[in-house]
Amino acid sequence: MKTQGFVRDFARRSVQRPWRLAAEASALLIAAVVAFPLYWMALSAFKPAGEIESTEPRPWTLDPTLDSFRRVFGQQEFGRYFLNSLIVAVTVVAVSALIAFLAATAVTRFRFRFRTTLLIMFLIAQMVPVEALTIPLFFQMRDFGQLNTLGALILPHIAFSLPFAIWMLRGFVKAVPEALEEAAYIDGASRTRFLWQILFPLVFPGLVATSVFSFISAWNDFLFAKSFIISDTSQSTLPMALLVFYKPDDPDWGGVMAASTVMTIPVLIFFVLVQRRLVSGLGGAVKD
Amino acid sequence: MTNRPLPGSAPPPGPSAEPPSREGGPDRARPGATALPAARRGAGSGPAKGASPAPVRTAARPGRRGGGGRKSPLARGGWTPWLYLAPALVVIGGLLVYPVYQLGLISFLEYTQAQVSGGEPATFQGFGNYATLFGDAQFWQVLLATVLFAGACVVSTLGVGCALAVLLTRVRAVPRLALMLAALGAWATPAVTGSTVWLLLFDPDFGPVNRILGLGDHSWTYGRYSAFALVLLEVVWCSFPFVMVTVYAGIRAVPAEVLEAASLDGASQWRIWRSVLAPMLRPILVVVTIQSVIWDFKVFTQIYVMTGGGGIAGQNLVLNVYAYQKAFASSQYSLGSAIGVVMLLILLAVTLVYLRLIRRQGEEL
Repeated sequence: MKTQGFVRDFARRSVQRPWRLAAEASALLIAAVVAFPLYWMALSAFKPAGEIESTEPRPWTLDPTLDSFRRVFGQQEFGRYFLNSLIVAVTVVAVSALIAFLAATAVTRFRFRFRTTLLIMFLIAQMVPVEALTIPLFFQMRDFGQLNTLGALILPHIAFSLPFAIWMLRGFVKAVPEALEEAAYIDGASRTRFLWQILFPLVFPGLVATSVFSFISAWNDFLFAKSFIISDTSQSTLPMALLVFYKPDDPDWGGVMAASTVMTIPVLIFFVLVQRRLVSGLGGAVKD
Repeated sequence: MTNRPLPGSAPPPGPSAEPPSREGGPDRARPGATALPAARRGAGSGPAKGASPAPVRTAARPGRRGGGGRKSPLARGGWTPWLYLAPALVVIGGLLVYPVYQLGLISFLEYTQAQVSGGEPATFQGFGNYATLFGDAQFWQVLLATVLFAGACVVSTLGVGCALAVLLTRVRAVPRLALMLAALGAWATPAVTGSTVWLLLFDPDFGPVNRILGLGDHSWTYGRYSAFALVLLEVVWCSFPFVMVTVYAGIRAVPAEVLEAASLDGASQWRIWRSVLAPMLRPILVVVTIQSVIWDFKVFTQIYVMTGGGGIAGQNLVLNVYAYQKAFASSQYSLGSAIGVVMLLILLAVTLVYLRLIRRQGEEL
């Protein structure tokens, strides 16, 4: 890529050699600091119980053990919680990506009355403090019989991730040249066909970038799981499972760290998969 | 991308812009797009095209404003945009707009355990709940703490994120990849997980941080300010990556020719930053600032987990946790809702400032 190459040249030419080396050294140092909590999490998950509770913490362990993981997976329903979290996150990502794609197409490729009003409404909707809506949503979910079901976690998260997703995808849909669209129609494609076979693949990097945000918000959800899943714990999600081990007075650190590690891995995998598209995606989203 | 004034978009979309000329949309929208004032207003405007059986062809008639000429073919939509928007509007309307209305409603009612279980009817309180809330010294203290805490989080996140984004452009591939991966790891860490890990890192007995800093068994969560500082560190750790990656992507998206031309013209590094990059990055900076404000103002999980539900004697409460405690721990749903409304209004004010910024930049929505 030309831009990239130039930025690199720009970096090379503009910075004197010792300065560049200092910059690179500090980048590596900062990377180590930023990664340290994750390292400590994984390390503590493998430490034997006595060693975690040692007042002389060591940054390595001589006899790694799977005890903590056994305890976590031995806890009733941990697998169930994991599956629930996956179901919630994947459903939220897939459904909100589809709905947001359609909506973003509507507000970018069409001119219609109240288009700008709608855009402003989506912007305002982004600002709504989700947590403040826990109270009315609690009653709403109760009235629709959704308390203690995964629906109570899925539905609100779809609604909350939509405004941001639409707002972000707008840039991607806008970037697709209109000439392409005209060419498609001249070649006899129907509107539906253009939408799904041409526009959708072109906007896909943007969908990936937006899905990161909806995935995180759904996977991280703590408040709704805490408030809406009150009696049927088999419908709960990972954050709740983690808190089984975290008792403020006497935390089982090994269990907490093992559960944390298990909970972080799927997101890490997801991030590594989308990493490249995420960077270019954010660049595309903010360029317009 | 296109700043070319499209026929339909050039005038601000006031209701009286050109009512009779755009028939299609609103009329046919009614089945799909519920609850929109659009439908009602549109009904009287168009010359009864709503009944026409061939909507697409009608709408596609050339020569109309907003539909003909060099507009994209997809744009000749008639009812289509509303069809595309319908699922989004239904979901947002049902699960976001309606709850906001309910939140406002409950904040004006007497709504405690008795009303929830149906034992007593909910009675209208007017501004009674707000009077109770505003008369409570703790509320003002929590409000102040929330604003200061969120402000500190935003400033630190933006500072760290932007500085590291610039650093990323100055280093070669290996350190860049290392920093990028570390940041993605922090970003990917779920809030609950991050909170417990940071607690372990700063644990007075078992944590490595006190050993490294030689602080003995100093407890970070005991004092009000050190507890807030600890949460702040965790929040910055998990939210700077968004700023860093976005700003870095933005810098990379600046066309090479622009930078080349500037340096050929003999501009200094500082000058290039100030006069070329900064203005081009401004929209991005506005976006990340606004997102940070929204996220940091609503921090819940970190405070709740790290300070054990708001700290000793509630010293680390922020509005969100305060509202949760009021509503779910002491069943004062109306007070909790009133707090929610206050938060909503504050964020709404931020949104309006943001909208003004966008408008002033002359950006097309």
